[in-house]
Amino acid sequence: MKKFFTSKMKKSNWLVYAGVILAFVVFQVMSGTGALSSTMEGQLVPVCAYVVMALSLNLTVGVLGELSLGHAGFMSIGAFTGAVTAAALEGAIPNSGLRLLVAMIMGALLAAVAGVLVGVPVLRLRGDYLAIVTLAFGEIIKSIITNLYIGMDSTGLHCSFLNLNFTMQDGKMLLNGPMGVTGIEKISTFLSGFLLIMVTLVIIFNLVNSRSGRAIMALRDNRIAAESVGINVTKYKLMGFVISASLAGAAGTLFALSQNTIMANKFDFNTSILVLVFVVLGGLGRMWGSIIAAATLTVLPELLREFSDYRMLVYAIVLILIMLATNNPTLKGWFARIFKRKGAEKE
Amino acid sequence: MNYPFQKTKMVPVPSHSIIPERDLGKTPILECQHLGVDFGGLHAVNDLNLAIGRTEIAGLIGPNGAGKTTVFNLLTKVYQPTRGTILLDSVDTAGKTTMQINRMGIARTFQNIRLFSNMSVEDNVKVGLHNQERYSAAAGILRLPKYWKKEKAIHERAMELLSIFDMQDMANWKAGSLPYGAQRRLEIVRALATNPSLLLLDEPAAGMNPSETAELMKNIVKIRDLFQIAILLIEHDMNLVMNICEGICVLNFGEVIAKGTAEEIQGNPAVIEAYLGKKKEG
Repeated sequence: MKKFFTSKMKKSNWLVYAGVILAFVVFQVMSGTGALSSTMEGQLVPVCAYVVMALSLNLTVGVLGELSLGHAGFMSIGAFTGAVTAAALEGAIPNSGLRLLVAMIMGALLAAVAGVLVGVPVLRLRGDYLAIVTLAFGEIIKSIITNLYIGMDSTGLHCSFLNLNFTMQDGKMLLNGPMGVTGIEKISTFLSGFLLIMVTLVIIFNLVNSRSGRAIMALRDNRIAAESVGINVTKYKLMGFVISASLAGAAGTLFALSQNTIMANKFDFNTSILVLVFVVLGGLGRMWGSIIAAATLTVLPELLREFSDYRMLVYAIVLILIMLATNNPTLKGWFARIFKRKGAEKE
Repeated sequence: MNYPFQKTKMVPVPSHSIIPERDLGKTPILECQHLGVDFGGLHAVNDLNLAIGRTEIAGLIGPNGAGKTTVFNLLTKVYQPTRGTILLDSVDTAGKTTMQINRMGIARTFQNIRLFSNMSVEDNVKVGLHNQERYSAAAGILRLPKYWKKEKAIHERAMELLSIFDMQDMANWKAGSLPYGAQRRLEIVRALATNPSLLLLDEPAAGMNPSETAELMKNIVKIRDLFQIAILLIEHDMNLVMNICEGICVLNFGEVIAKGTAEEIQGNPAVIEAYLGKKKEG
C-alpha cells in the first residue's frame, strides 16, 4: 500500500479523488442535518449517475477520440436490466445493498455486451462512423425496450416482444412495454452513488496510466503511427469503448433504482447530447471538468425553479456564460497556475 | 568533408544486389523480389529487386515522386503489393498487416512526422515498447504486482533509449511541443523501442541544419553498431547518403535505375540524367 502512494501517480488525479470525497462528506453532513431541501436531496443520486455517465463518455470521446452520440442507449440498457434484476431478486437477496450491487453488475455486463455488438463492426472503420451508428443504436434500444414485456411469477420469468402474450396467475409485471418499469424500490443511496464514482475514477485513471491506456491514447493521436509500432487497433479501440459502455450501464442502474418509474423515452437522443455537453464543457480528457460540469448542469434546472417561466432561458444563458468562461485564455491561464498543470499533463 | 566511417567491401548476392562482405555468411534481413504496386493504371513501383544485409546501412534515393515512400509503405504493408514478394529474414510477409510486420521486425519513421503529440516524450517511447514488456489491461486497472514490475522495466528501458539522443531531460515534455529536430529524433527512438531488425528512416535529415545532419549521421551509425540492425533510409541530402550508406538503390518513376556503392552511383550516367536531365546534343 505504501508503494501505491509513493509512486509517481499524477498529482491532479489525487486532487480529483480528494475533491470527490470532500464533496461527498459535505453533502452527507448537509443531508444529515437537514440543510438540504427535499428536491435537492432527491437530486443527489441522479447527480452521481450523470457524473458517472459524463466520466464514461469522456473515456470514449476524450481518451479514445471517438464520438459516441448514443451513450444514453447504454445507460438505458443498464437502467432496465438493473431495475428488472433488482425486482426479480427481491425475494432472493433481502439485503438491498447487495441487491443493488448485483443489479449494477448485471446492468454493466449487458451494456458491455451491447458495446461489443456495436463496436466490433464499427470500430474497424475509419472516420466518423461510430457517431452515426451509436446515434441509431440509441434509438433502436429505445424502440426495443418500449416493446418489451417482462413478467415474473412462481414459475419463473416471462418475456414477450411487441405485444403482451403471456398470462400469469400470481406474478407481477417487471417491465410493462411503453409504461416502463413502475413501482421501483429505491435502493440506490448517495453512498452507493459516491462509491460508483470512485470506482469509475479508479478504473479510468488506472487505465490511462497503463500499457493499454497508452495504446488507446496513441490511437487517438495518430492511428497510422500506432499501427506502425505494433498496436492492435481494433482490440484497443474496442477495449476503450466497451469499458465506457459498461460504466454507462452501471450508471443507468444507479439512476433507475433512485426513481419511482422509468420509461424508455427518458433515455433518448436529448440525454445523449446532454451528457456530451457535460463532457465538452468540462474539457475533453479532463475528468475533473466532467464531474463539475455534470454535477452543476444536473442541479441547475432544479435551482432555477424559482424563475419558473424563464427557467430554460436562464439555463441557456448560464450555459453560454460557462462556455465563454472556459474558453477564455486569461481564465485558462489562471486555472493552469492554480493546478500547476504543465505540458506533460494528459489531456 | 571526411567522416571516420569505415566502409566495407560490397559483394554481389543472388538477387542481383550487393550486400556488405561482413554480412555474407548470413541470409539478408530483407529481400524484395520483383516487387510492384499499381495505383489504377500507374505502376508506382515496378519490378524492384533489393537485398539488404544484416547490418547494412542502405540508401534509397531518387527524384521527387520516384516512389521511394511507396516502397516503405509496401514494406510495412500500408499498401499491399500488386506483384512480387517481400522476404523478411527469409520469411514471406504476404498477407500480413502493418501491426504484424512491426512484430516481425520492421520499424519505421515518417516523412511528415507522426508522433503521439498530446502524450509526453516518455509515453511516446513507452508506446513503442508496447509489445516488448506486456501485461494485461486487468493487471493495469487493478494495479497488480505485475503492473509495478513491468512499469518499472518499461520506464528504465524508455530512459535508456532516450539517452541515445541525450533526450532524458525532455522525458516529461509534451511530444508536440518539441523542436523539429528533436521530434525527428524521438520518432527514431520510438521506432527503436519496438526492437526491430530493420529500421526504415524516411528523410531523417529533412529540415535539419548541417551541424544537426552531421550529428544525425554519427547517430545513425551508432545505432547500427549498438543494436546490430540494418537500416534503410530515404534521403535527399546527398552528403549524408554518400557518406554513410553502403549500398544505394536509385529509383525513378518506380523503376530501379541504378544500384551499387556510393562511388558507382556518383558516376552512373543514368542517375545523373534522372537528377540533372540529359545533356543537349552537340
